[in-house]
Amino acid sequence: MGKRINVQKTYKLYIDGKFPRTESGRYIKWQDPKETTLVNVCRGSRKDFRNAVVAARKAASGWSCRTAYNRGQILYRIGEILEGRREQFMTELTLQGSTKKQAEKEIDQAIERLIYYAGWADKYVQVFSRVNPVAMPYFNFSFLESVGVVAAIAPDDISLLGSVSVLAPIIVGGNTAIMLASESRPLCAITFAEVIHTSDVPAGVVNILTGQRSELLDHFSSHMDVNAVVYCGNDPEEIELVQSNSALNVKRPVIYRGQNWSDKKMQGPYHILETQETKTTWHPVGV
Amino acid sequence: MLANKSMFSQTVDQVNVQERVARLFSRSIKKESKVAALNNILSMIDLTTLEGKDSPGKVRQLCYKAAHLHNQFPDLPKVAAVCVFPPMVPVAKKALRRTGIKVASVATAFPSGMSTLAAKLEEVKAVVGAGADEVDMVISRGAFLRGEYDRVGEEIAKVKETCCEVHLKVILETGELVTLDNVRIASILAMNSGADFIKTSTGKVFPAATPPVVLIMLEAIRDFYLQTGKKIGMKPAGGISKAKLAVQYLVMVRETLGQDWLCSELFRFGASSLANDVLMQITKQFTGVYQSTNYFSLD
Amino acid sequence: MNYKTDWVYNPAPESADHVRIQERYDLFINGKFIPSVKNAYFKTINPANENKLAQVAEAQKTDVGLAVRAAKKAYENIWSKMDPSERGKYIFRIARLIQERAREFAVIESLDGGKPIRESRDVDIPLAAAHFFYYAGWADKLEYAFPGRKTQPVGVAGQIIPWNFPLLMAAWKLAPALATGNTVVLKPAETTPLTAMKLAEIIQECELPPGVVNIVNGGGETGQALVEHPDVDKIAFTGSTEVGKFIMKTVAGTGKKYTLELGGKAANIIFEDAPLDQAVEGIITGIFFNQGHVCCAGSRLFVQESVAETVISKLKNRMETLIVGDPLDKNTDIGAINSKAQLDKIKMYVDIGQKEGGEIFQSSCNLPKKGYWHAPSLFTGVSQSHRVVQEEIFGPVLAIQSFRTVDEVIAKANNTPFGLSGGVWTDKGSKIFALSKAIRAGVIWANTFNKFDPSSPFGGYKESGLGREGGLEGLMPYVHLV
Repeated sequence: MGKRINVQKTYKLYIDGKFPRTESGRYIKWQDPKETTLVNVCRGSRKDFRNAVVAARKAASGWSCRTAYNRGQILYRIGEILEGRREQFMTELTLQGSTKKQAEKEIDQAIERLIYYAGWADKYVQVFSRVNPVAMPYFNFSFLESVGVVAAIAPDDISLLGSVSVLAPIIVGGNTAIMLASESRPLCAITFAEVIHTSDVPAGVVNILTGQRSELLDHFSSHMDVNAVVYCGNDPEEIELVQSNSALNVKRPVIYRGQNWSDKKMQGPYHILETQETKTTWHPVGV
Repeated sequence: MLANKSMFSQTVDQVNVQERVARLFSRSIKKESKVAALNNILSMIDLTTLEGKDSPGKVRQLCYKAAHLHNQFPDLPKVAAVCVFPPMVPVAKKALRRTGIKVASVATAFPSGMSTLAAKLEEVKAVVGAGADEVDMVISRGAFLRGEYDRVGEEIAKVKETCCEVHLKVILETGELVTLDNVRIASILAMNSGADFIKTSTGKVFPAATPPVVLIMLEAIRDFYLQTGKKIGMKPAGGISKAKLAVQYLVMVRETLGQDWLCSELFRFGASSLANDVLMQITKQFTGVYQSTNYFSLD
Repeated sequence: MNYKTDWVYNPAPESADHVRIQERYDLFINGKFIPSVKNAYFKTINPANENKLAQVAEAQKTDVGLAVRAAKKAYENIWSKMDPSERGKYIFRIARLIQERAREFAVIESLDGGKPIRESRDVDIPLAAAHFFYYAGWADKLEYAFPGRKTQPVGVAGQIIPWNFPLLMAAWKLAPALATGNTVVLKPAETTPLTAMKLAEIIQECELPPGVVNIVNGGGETGQALVEHPDVDKIAFTGSTEVGKFIMKTVAGTGKKYTLELGGKAANIIFEDAPLDQAVEGIITGIFFNQGHVCCAGSRLFVQESVAETVISKLKNRMETLIVGDPLDKNTDIGAINSKAQLDKIKMYVDIGQKEGGEIFQSSCNLPKKGYWHAPSLFTGVSQSHRVVQEEIFGPVLAIQSFRTVDEVIAKANNTPFGLSGGVWTDKGSKIFALSKAIRAGVIWANTFNKFDPSSPFGGYKESGLGREGGLEGLMPYVHLV
């Protein structure tokens, strides 16, 4: 018997709950470090990004109005589905250059991080909101709200855990996201999109693009309908570009400079706070 | 045309009203503007005695004072009226003959209003017959708080009918209405039913006239005027004994209702000891020296 | 209604006998008053009569450098090492001294900035003292502010403040910075430097260690030198969105922390079931407080159609009772416009509004001949596409639109690049919660407007800024969490 011809996967973008190819028709040839496999990855364009922002904006109000309980359940669901797809991520992570042991650890951490943030869904507002004792007959309270649409540049050096660590605090807080996957390790970001797609996450809440950071960074940080931009990396010029572009519409730049995402310190409610706004409401107390 | 529905349904926010009052009361009234205000206040006073122990002698003393309190300063205006219980109307009427000072009488089972409508109307008829120029009635607060607005309104209308040309002041007894929302509703109800004046209190219930209550009533008067073109008068009563407070109320009138209401035809103070304090203040303005109550007669 | 009464209030000027304004003020660097290196001065005037009040030293780049160096030295050697409770005690001292000299501060604030004494006396100065008092207490309690984390100060804070609430903004900036262990170089606004210099006197009197607070006056260039200085670790800015964006660009890539309190164009929404007379008062406070020189002013009024006519007529009546004039008169409601430049800008917008077809109403007050004045104004017959509806005027000019449904008004309220504040007036509790959630803004005043308190966080969404000042949230910009 001859060797079976295996069915190769096409790695596409994830926009508005669908898996389109890039509108530009361009692709990047991606080869693993051992040069055993060659994959065509979509080279997402600024128009793909634009479409993703439209989808994210459309989904924003519905997602932020979901109950915290529901968002927590959905994040937990992502963790569940991820657990069930361990094998596929093992393959992709090792293909991307991790050892088996490293891959296993990364998958474990990714799942645990999702569960961790799922648990924060109905707590961070409690912990970080308050009643302010103003010196007037008013009831005054402050609580957190999602900032809106968040564009994120995922870390390049750690793909699955990086994607999870960046996305989870954004979406658990009611934001919608457009994430640019790791350029050097794009495979599991798209497979992670499939996980999200099957986890009751509404269309448009998470959008994932692959492509070239050097090309897309400018657009991610300059789009006027994006409320915050999360950057993971260590390139001073890129950081300056992101921060400078943020000035166009006063978007909130969040910079994670050369962080070790497998460190437990890289999870926590303060990461959720990075893409939250504090709203304060006053009301008189009388009869 | 009567007040429309939205005038009744408009609500009132207590804290904001208090803030508005504080702002109005922070006006600084000095020099000529103060003297002018004090003079005006004097002309707006309903000098009042409403006690169970009132006697003809006491009423005569009060009337004498009303007629002569400006002896020291002949240019000062006279008070607007003397306000007494029904049996004292003839006494006051006689004592105030040819002074230009009006006689007002409370009626309708003052202060509680707890009597039959027939008895109330009889009482009104009696005081009108005795020559009272003005009648101060009380509304049925029990009925009002039960939501029987129609009944309260009808009572006022009947009293007004009985009064004919005699001026009717309707006492809301705001201290028993509790909320400012109620004060507004009662004000509009009274104006709709024929009140010539609306008045805060009998003076027998605490709190009597409070600044927020007065402001709400003035605003209701303004809205009623804008709706109907009818100018209704206002009378805060009870607890107004200091000239300073009276000046502050005048500021409130000025900035809520404007020029037309700054006269005794449309604004009165129901008070027993205010006149003395106003006189003291006026004396201080003339002499430049702070005064003592010892120099002002008690009546 | 006839509000032209025979009974007019006599002038009631606040006494200014006890107020000392020097002919000349120098820079406050390292605990001392020193002239600028160039010996340059600019004058500050009283906008109510255009009279000169004082000469103020203009800080050059070198001066800013000196101030930053003093701040850095004080940070490293003293302030960051001091026992937090001792730090707190210094800040309490500042609060107390402001309270003691409150009336003097109020008079100077009104002289230099044009705001009515009623506001400087009842709002600006007491709130400034309260801010110091509030944050003083935080100094030794920071471990309770951020669960699970410890705090470290950031270093030297460069703070640039506007001219609309000079002392209050200085307090908003200084108090949390000092409480968290940072040292400061503060740049007051060019047109209103005096109360900051008075504050410098207090800081000396408090024996605050030299260099912990430095105050450099000047215009945009002084501010820019401060923003660009490499030893400044954090920028706090309150002012225009335009300058805020410039600052963001300038500090991009430097690693400096920053907070920005920028412009606004707040919607103030009146529903038919609102307490209308109080809502009218809220509209007045919303747009005419401080001559409308307020970033969170309720400059876009939305009134439900069924009550629009009533509300607008009540509003016009109320405007007729506003007293415009001498800022030092205790009865003045609306004082002088802060500067000629600002007056020109307001007039330009009023012009544009009329050219674009808006119908203007102005109260029939008499404006003084000398100085910078503008009558309280409102526009009807305007829509979202009018410039007076879109752009921040920063003056006593209100743009009124009516609406029919809740969805419509929410959409219009959010149809702006700004998101600093919003107002909702209705008697229905559930509607208040729905609206306050739906409006994308940092502060929602429900059945009230323009209220401030040190314990209450303040700051904007979208182009209205970044970060919060006031309250526990106000500590965050001045600490690193570790």
